[in-house]
Amino acid sequence: MIHSPYIRKPASVQRVMLNVLLALIPGIAAYVWQIGAGILVNLAIASVTAVAAEVLMLSLRKRPVMLAATDLSAVVTAWLVALAFPPIVPWWLTVFAVLVAIVAVKHLYGGLGQNPFNPAMAAYCTMIVAYPSLMSQWPVSGAVSFDTQLHLILGGLRELDAVTGATALDTLRTGLRGDTNVGELLQTSTYGLLGGRGWEWIAGGYLLGGLFLLLTRTITWHLPTGFLAGLAVTSGVFWLFHPDQFASPLFHLATGGAMLAAFFIVTDPVSGATTPRGKLIFAAGIGLIAYLIRAFGAYPEGIAFAVLLMNICVPLIDMKTQPAVFGHRGGPNS
Amino acid sequence: MIARLFNFRGGVKPDAHKNESANASIQAAPMPAHLIVPLRQSTRATARCIVSPGQHVLKGERIGEAEGTLGTAVHAPTSGTVVEFGLYPLAHPSGLNTRCVVIEPDGEDRWADHQPFDYHGATREQTLAQLRDCGIVGLGGATFPSHVKLGRGSGIDTLILNGAECEPWITCDDRLMRERAADILAGATILRELIGARRLVIGIEDNKPEAIAAMQAAAGSVEGDVAVIAIPSLYPAGGEKQLIRVLTGVEIPYGKLGAEFGVQCFNVGTAHAVYRALAHGEPLVSRVLTLTGNVARPGNYEVLIGTPISHLLTLCEPKPDTDRTLMGGPMMGFALPRLDVPVVKGTNCIISASPALFPPPPPEQPCIRCGECARACPAELQPFELYWFSRAHNFGKAQEYNLFDCIECGCCSYVCPSHIPLVDYYRFAKSEIWAREREKSAADQARDRFEFRNFRQEREKEEKAAKLAAKAAETRAKLADKDATAPAPAAAAASSGEEDPKKALIAAALARAKAQKEAVQARNTEALSPDTEKEIAEIDARRIKAALVDPAAPAGEPPSERSPESTS
Ligand code: SF4
Ligand code: SF4
Repeated sequence: MIHSPYIRKPASVQRVMLNVLLALIPGIAAYVWQIGAGILVNLAIASVTAVAAEVLMLSLRKRPVMLAATDLSAVVTAWLVALAFPPIVPWWLTVFAVLVAIVAVKHLYGGLGQNPFNPAMAAYCTMIVAYPSLMSQWPVSGAVSFDTQLHLILGGLRELDAVTGATALDTLRTGLRGDTNVGELLQTSTYGLLGGRGWEWIAGGYLLGGLFLLLTRTITWHLPTGFLAGLAVTSGVFWLFHPDQFASPLFHLATGGAMLAAFFIVTDPVSGATTPRGKLIFAAGIGLIAYLIRAFGAYPEGIAFAVLLMNICVPLIDMKTQPAVFGHRGGPNS
Repeated sequence: MIARLFNFRGGVKPDAHKNESANASIQAAPMPAHLIVPLRQSTRATARCIVSPGQHVLKGERIGEAEGTLGTAVHAPTSGTVVEFGLYPLAHPSGLNTRCVVIEPDGEDRWADHQPFDYHGATREQTLAQLRDCGIVGLGGATFPSHVKLGRGSGIDTLILNGAECEPWITCDDRLMRERAADILAGATILRELIGARRLVIGIEDNKPEAIAAMQAAAGSVEGDVAVIAIPSLYPAGGEKQLIRVLTGVEIPYGKLGAEFGVQCFNVGTAHAVYRALAHGEPLVSRVLTLTGNVARPGNYEVLIGTPISHLLTLCEPKPDTDRTLMGGPMMGFALPRLDVPVVKGTNCIISASPALFPPPPPEQPCIRCGECARACPAELQPFELYWFSRAHNFGKAQEYNLFDCIECGCCSYVCPSHIPLVDYYRFAKSEIWAREREKSAADQARDRFEFRNFRQEREKEEKAAKLAAKAAETRAKLADKDATAPAPAAAAASSGEEDPKKALIAAALARAKAQKEAVQARNTEALSPDTEKEIAEIDARRIKAALVDPAAPAGEPPSERSPESTS
């Protein structure tokens, strides 16, 4: 027998996931424009792999396949994997990463809603540890034609030195290990207006999509704000302290995966904190750790590790930040 | 008065569907062939039947007497003959039976004698008794007895009249306010006086402009601090605690009554019924309800309590694809398991449901912890946490996360993109917890009973031992008597005590106490051989003879005569 309420808001997991995919489109468009259409191939490979893995795992786990396989959650994971990885990684690496994300991180923990770790970020960390060189080859904006990208993705072509440069973050790190200061470094061809050349536009695309998610109430402001503030404040402190040694907050916000992370990665509801205060703490923690890894760690980009580290803290954060319940908080009552 | 509105967090905005029935003025529903009047019309209390089959009753005649603190009287809704007194199914999701009086109307609808009640000349207790005897209960749905809710008549600053009616589809309060605003306000001023409030605030959702206008016009002629306030249309703004919050900023926690915080809230229909009961002496025998949904002729009707729902449905003509009938609104109401059940005082709406109107929920998907439910919850709970805990049967945790603050408003289920029937999980968890509490208290009782039995057996054993010891002491005393040539001082004392029975009683009691003490303490005297016992008795007797010791003193105790020696 069905009980009240007898009416439901027309909402669905599918709709939520579709909103996320739609919101990614401006960023992807900027990506294609600045870096090349190779990313589309990666997105396709990742999506197909993800859905296939989802169907396989659901049937192995004897779960209703249709509904869960079409909820688009696997596609969201796939897109995030593709967008977080260098666009010229070989196809098998993308496939491997997506399998790690869907099979191990998602389904071995019990499927949608059960995974304590962000699947895309867990896959990123696995791959950067397993294939550090493949994972750090990023094409410079406009330097690699679609043809070459396609060869790099699908075939054995690996004459990379000619076509890739180190990322903005990477150059900054190696540069700063030497004698160069930030000001000089930012003059080099790796850099554009704010961050890595061409990447400002992509970051802007993600920002636009993020605003769409906020407007459609798919996400709340807490997570992006917490993350961006955490990153900006931490980098700001170091920058004020030593502007020659540390890049400005603006640089950090516009570079690497900061915008993608702010609106699409730290906002993963399943593996993140859920209370309003908890979300701020969780996201600010990611910003802080990501900066520390960027500035002092062994990897140029630290967001993925930061996310996993904060994922571990989620149960504690949620427990300690339970908001007061109606009628239990004093105020006019007391 | 300048109204400052507070807001409550959460809430949802489902389609109101008020237009269907809002423009249909209140009509009297035709008399059914039978009225089935449940004797249970107020919260958790069943009235005692005072009529018998075959008896003729008049409209408003009492057929059930109030019993218990939460009881209210029940009345014949029309004149006619009592044809039966028995168990009938009630309008409840469980379809449980309750005791009902079945009345066959005689068609005359003749009132029993009733006079206005002079509540100004009466004491407060008399007025409250009048309300109880007129069967006045809250008509918002909870059917809490009004005379209980009116409390002590002091300590309350604000009376709130609830005209919010936030559930979709329901329009009976809207119509009542539009058509009988003056009577409602007259009732409200009586209530205000009875609870000793200074302010009267009437909250109405802003999607009922006509009701607001009517109530404002009527409020103009009422003395004192009266305000009609339009509140935002947001379900569940009509929840008592939410309405109090919106209008006064006060938050009433779970398990507390508004009275503790200086506010009390009554439904507009209740105020109307209070007015009828005091100004006209009319008991509550009918109420206004909405018939709507998948029907050809939605409307609002004044319906006699006890009218079978099936009879009412003929008035609104449900369409052929109707598959269920709901009582109450779609957010908190329930599907009637059968249609021969009667209208009760809490019935505010009957909705014919069709799959097109209320489609079955899409299949349940896993919770993605999106937090939508938490944003919608007016009790500011974390519904998905409650869901995980309830699902895992971790009821302790669920209680820690304030499960019992959940008002079962359904907002969380309404918004959940995974279509999880969250409220059902809470209902399940709550009923499990209640069942366990009952089991626990039953177990506690059993344990208490067991422990008491042990205690009793122990006590009986001790008493038996005491009796035996006393007997032994008696024997010893007798032996001592026999051996004694002179009467013992104790005997002398006893004989002198005979003159004073009180003294004798005290002495006897003392002796008994000493004997008992002996039984307890002088364990080493128990296993003695008859010879040794005799010897001891002889020694005792000698001592007694020497007037050195009280014969009843325990044998093992150091003789008191030694004390002077030791101190000397
Ligand atoms: S709305 Fe549903 S899916 Fe979202 S957190 Fe609540 S229970 Fe989970
Ligand atoms: S039903 Fe309970 S948990 Fe759900 S929204 Fe209402 S009060 Fe909150």
